[in-house]
Formats: sequence, C-alpha cells, structure tokens
Amino acid sequence: MIPAAFEYHRPADIPAALAILDEHGDDARVIAGGHSLIPMMKLRMADIEHLIDLQDISELQGITVSGAEVTIGAMTTQHDLINNADVARVAPIMHEAALQIADPQVRYMGTVGGNVANGDPGNDMPGLMQCLGATFHLVGSGGERAVAARDYYEAAYMTDREDDEILTKITFTAPEGGYAYEKQKRKIGDYATAACAAIVQMDGGTCTSASIAMTNLSDTPIFSEEAGEALVGTACDKAAIEAAVAAATGAIDPAEDNRGPVDFKMHVAATIIRRAIERAVSRA
Amino acid sequence: MGKQHYQINVNGEAKDVLAEPRELLIHTLREQLELTGPHIGCETSHCGACTVDIDGKSVKSCTVFTAQVAGKDITTIEGLGSPDGMHVLQEKFREHHGLQCGYCTPGMITRAHRLLQENPSPTEEEVRFGMAGNLCRCTGYQNIVKSILAAAAEMNAAKEAAE
Ligand SMILES: Cc1cc2nc3c(=O)[nH]c(=O)nc-3n(C[C@H](O)[C@H](O)[C@H](O)COP(=O)(O)OP(=O)(O)OC[C@H]3O[C@@H](n4cnc5c(N)ncnc54)[C@H](O)[C@@H]3O)c2cc1C
Ligand code: FES
Ligand code: FES
Repeated sequence: MIPAAFEYHRPADIPAALAILDEHGDDARVIAGGHSLIPMMKLRMADIEHLIDLQDISELQGITVSGAEVTIGAMTTQHDLINNADVARVAPIMHEAALQIADPQVRYMGTVGGNVANGDPGNDMPGLMQCLGATFHLVGSGGERAVAARDYYEAAYMTDREDDEILTKITFTAPEGGYAYEKQKRKIGDYATAACAAIVQMDGGTCTSASIAMTNLSDTPIFSEEAGEALVGTACDKAAIEAAVAAATGAIDPAEDNRGPVDFKMHVAATIIRRAIERAVSRA
Repeated sequence: MGKQHYQINVNGEAKDVLAEPRELLIHTLREQLELTGPHIGCETSHCGACTVDIDGKSVKSCTVFTAQVAGKDITTIEGLGSPDGMHVLQEKFREHHGLQCGYCTPGMITRAHRLLQENPSPTEEEVRFGMAGNLCRCTGYQNIVKSILAAAAEMNAAKEAAE
C-alpha cells in the first residue's frame, strides 16, 4: 500500500509552517507522529499534496508542570507522557489513559496533539481532555486563540480548527480527587468499544464535584454535565451512581459497526461508565 | 516532487538513498538496502513484523516515510546479530522455541531488544505488555515470553560478571 505522491516539507519553526499552510491552503496538511494520517494516506482516504512535518519545531515539544498547571506541547508523544514523572504525579488519569492507547510502537510515535486534533471519535485523548476541562491552543495566520476541549469537536473528523491553524499545546489545571480511565476494547491495541474518563472529588463523605466524559460512543467525545450533577451532593452510593450512569448513557448515540450492534454498545457503555465512577470514588 | 536524496544511518553505516517522499521506510530497507529482515506482515500498522529501532524507539517501518527519518539512526535485526555472532535474544529464541515459521521473529527480537534496554529485568506481565505491538500466528506467545525472560536473565548475569 503506497500513498499518492506528495511534496514533503520540514519547517524549522511555526511561522515557516504557517507560511506553507497559507500558500497551499486545503492541499496542505501537517503530520505529527503519522500514526493516524499515514494509514489514511495508504488507504488513499486522505489525499494530500503538501505534507508539513512538524518534528523539527521545538516550540511544539515538551511538558511543563508548575504547581497544578500542566502544559503539554502538541508534539509530545504518548511514550513521553507515560514516562513523565510529574504528569504521573499531578495527573495520574493521563498516565492511566495513555497506557491504554494502542501498543508500544504506536505510543513511541503518536503525539498528544495529533490525537486530539485528529477528530476521530475513537481517539482516547479527546474524551480525557473534556473530562479534565483542558484548553487547546491554536495558532494560524490570524494569530493565536484558545478553545475549550468541550467546545472543540463538531462531528467525526470535523473540529473547530481552521485548515490553516496548528495546535501548539494543551493546558489544564490538574484536578484533585479520585480518577479513572476505563476502556473496553476487543484486543490490546484496539480503539475503544466504549471508554469513560471520570474524576470525582469527595469531602467528608459527600461528592463536591464530578466530571464524566466518554470515548467512541458518538461521532464526537461526549462530556455529560448531567452525569456529574447526579453525583454532586450525594455519598456516591449505588443509587447516585446508577443515576449518573443513566444520565451519561442518555447523552450518547453509538453507531453499529464491527465492534457490535447498538444494544451491545449501550450495555458495554453502562458497564464501563459504572466502573469508571466506582473506581474514581474508591480513589477519592 | 520527484526523488530526493535522504541520508540515513542504518546499522552503523551512513547510507544515501534516493526516494520519493511517499516511500515508506520498510520499502527503502527491503528493496533499496536489501535488508529483508524486517518483514511486511499486515502493511496496516498492526502486526509489528516490520519493527525497526529508530533513535531508541521501536517503530513500525511500514508506518513511517523515509523522508521523516532522514538523519536518524536505524537498527534492523541485521544490526543486532548475524548467523556467526547471534544476539543473546536470537540464541534464546532458538533455545526456547520462540519461533515456528519465523515470520514475526525479526520484529519480535528488535522490539524485545528495545524493551530490555528500557527495562532490563521485566516481569512476565511487563514482557507481555511491552510486546503487545507484535503479533505471532504460530507460537501462542508462551515461548516468546520465555525466550525474552531467559535473554534478560542472561544479559543481567553477563553484566554482573563484568562488574
Ligand atoms: C494500530 C494502531 C492502534 C491505535 N490505537 C489507538 C487507540 O487505542 N487510541 C487512540 O487514541 N489512538 C489510537 N491510535 C492512533 C494513534 O494514537 C495516533 O498516533 C494518534 O491518533 C494521532 O497522533 P499522530 O501524532 O500520529 O498524528 P498524525 O497521524 O500525524 O495526525 C493526525 C491528524 O491530526 C492532524 N494534526 C496532527 N498534529 C497536529 C497539530 N499539532 N496541529 C493541527 N493538526 C494536527 C494531522 O494533520 C492529521 O489530520 C492507533 C493507531 C494505530 C496505528
Ligand atoms: S507490516 Fe508494519 S505493522 Fe504489520
Ligand atoms: S513464528 Fe510464525 S508468526 Fe510468529
């Protein structure tokens, strides 16, 4: 399988990359780790005339953790993320989720920026970022702007990012409380049949805040505010968790595909959401 | 864009290759450099038979363009050992029947080599997790895991003896 021919660019900084994007418009596309894009190019589902490799742009690299404020450069690989002790300490949910993405070889190459920018509902990072309330930072010829992860996804492969914009970094405030990223997949290395990110804060036996988001259960990641609200003010007992599961499953719209029919996916989703909440509560 | 010159270091030797930007590394290695150790199993980034080491990372060479790895250090199974001077992993795969048809083996060993660099004394579970990007249709994996654990033990014993 060989992709169609293209011109290859490897700019050294953001202005140079933006200039190429500007010049070629729709015909140009950036490549990060290439582990979503190259398979699409091989299948000729993506037809790109100008490929802009971001690997030499140092501004897109690196992780900084300052107190609870976390900044992750777009070109950070999942492997880098897993091996970063500061991330594991302040945002263990991210460490837990990254370990469930793909397989070791893919994690050495796949980037956090590529994972969230891609817009594939199967990607795990978008739901996680919605759960964390993260912010995506974009730069284009019109300047820089920031978009909330919860506002970024419009439909499968359709996001708020303009064609001439590059995602530079992701920022979030590390959450307090218990956490879990639960994922059901057919085999290791597979995308989720259903996955759920949960963060729950408890104070004196009462839930003070809760954030629930889901992966691959609609054509975008789904953040369910109602599911969180169903837990707040309760002891996160069985009834409250069932109410949260009902709210979360009410917000999704899975499609039948080779991972199963809709009924099956709804069943798996409920189980995974329940497990994620229970585990987050147990760690809170 | 026609063919371009790319400099890559393969198994310690600097190579100048002429390739179109769309040429995948596996094709450069197999067809231009005649390094046919890395295999094409699935061509869809799933099986790991094409695994090579690039600047200390295990990479599926069917999912990277040669253009992307210009200037980098690449190690294939040919760079790890030879019939006269086998790598410990190769010896242990032979000793423990870590292969049947052998199709997956170059990728398995190249990946296992990197795994043991990063984690010289893995548990069985860590071996299984670390090898999850490599599929084998023959062995059922048991003997692959045994081979890697045996290689780790021998490499550690050799290191201790040297100290
Ligand atoms: C076998 C296999 C299994 C996988 N399993 C999983 C899984 O379980 N979960 C999961 O989440 N993912 C999975 N993936 C996908 C993998 O994590 C990808 O690497 C990731 O989705 C995309 O990251 P990338 O760096 O490879 O991006 P690329 O493939 O380089 O790019 C993907 C898209 O994002 C755009 N893009 C990339 N970076 C930027 C940027 N900085 N600014 C703007 N646009 C950008 C590109 O133009 C392209 O459209 C799997 C991949 C494979 C091959
Ligand atoms: S041939 Fe590259 S992963 Fe199968
Ligand atoms: S030995 Fe035949 S595929 Fe592994």
